[in-house]
Amino acid sequence: MLQLTVNGEAKLIAPGSRVADLVRELGLDGRKIAVERNLEIVPRSRYDLDALAPDDRIEIVAFVGGG
Amino acid sequence: MEDGSIMTQAPTQNPTSTQSPADKPLVVAGRTLTSRLIIGTGKYASYEQNARALEASGAEMITVALRRVNLSDPSEPRLVDFIDPKQYIFLPNTAGCFTGEDAIRTLRLAREAGGWSLVKLEVLSDPKHLYPDMAETLRAAEMLIKDGFEVMVYCSDDPVYARRLEEVGCCAIMPLGAPIGSGLGIQNPVNIRLIIEQSSVPVIVDAGVGTASDATVAMELGCDGVLMNTAIAGAKNPVLMASAMKHAVIAGRQSYLAGRMPKKLYADASSPLFGLI
Repeated sequence: MLQLTVNGEAKLIAPGSRVADLVRELGLDGRKIAVERNLEIVPRSRYDLDALAPDDRIEIVAFVGGG
Repeated sequence: MEDGSIMTQAPTQNPTSTQSPADKPLVVAGRTLTSRLIIGTGKYASYEQNARALEASGAEMITVALRRVNLSDPSEPRLVDFIDPKQYIFLPNTAGCFTGEDAIRTLRLAREAGGWSLVKLEVLSDPKHLYPDMAETLRAAEMLIKDGFEVMVYCSDDPVYARRLEEVGCCAIMPLGAPIGSGLGIQNPVNIRLIIEQSSVPVIVDAGVGTASDATVAMELGCDGVLMNTAIAGAKNPVLMASAMKHAVIAGRQSYLAGRMPKKLYADASSPLFGLI
């Protein structure tokens, strides 16, 4: 298994998984979030292309209420 | 101020008309807004209440924040399910950022989440007063503009920094009326007026409004708009207060355009002094 850090928490995922697989496994709607991988934005168009690597640091964010 | 010339505009043809003289709409970075009220989306009891307050306010632009999704509850309510980004202009903020690097990282993610470049920059300092760190704000504004963002900037009411922010290319100057969430009203109308006079981009008072009259005061100073959050979200009845703010902003704008009477030291009777019985 691949070990990642997602939003500061450890996460194991099957080797060869892509960003889209992670989003799906977490139960998130890919249209309502943004993903950063090792401080680089992952454009939505690349979710199916970019394979995850060991120790990737992933941030998944969404809009919330704010002033 | 984008429309100072309005002060000298001729009155409407019909002098008995109660209609306000034609006003130019607020234009920020090429986007035309019919409402001069911008509201925040924080601190509401629910997104549902937030959506109803937004509707009552008549605002077309809302500020939003960007935060980590809760991985343990992927089905938690999302703001975009209650407030449609196609119907309203989302203005992502940098709340919680203390450096230019934090701000640019957050807004790049926001741009990816929503696909737009118009943003609200706020780089704060001390959590106690939440005053903006102006040196860092100026640096962050330059970084963001270089990266293709259109920056509406939250700033102190210092006319010197306000000018520097405009010079580096910010598309709206947003001085505080009072500390964020304090509801103290416009504490330094002299400085706000100086900023309005010198600015050629819209000036929007951001933070400090506590009640409807505060919004009117800001608009009577000649501000192009008002941005508020807690004044509505923190009211006992947020939806009713949102409606009050809508009217307060319109009243203040019309009052500014109408041009107030001069203040006098002594009384001046309103009824004729002749023909008394």
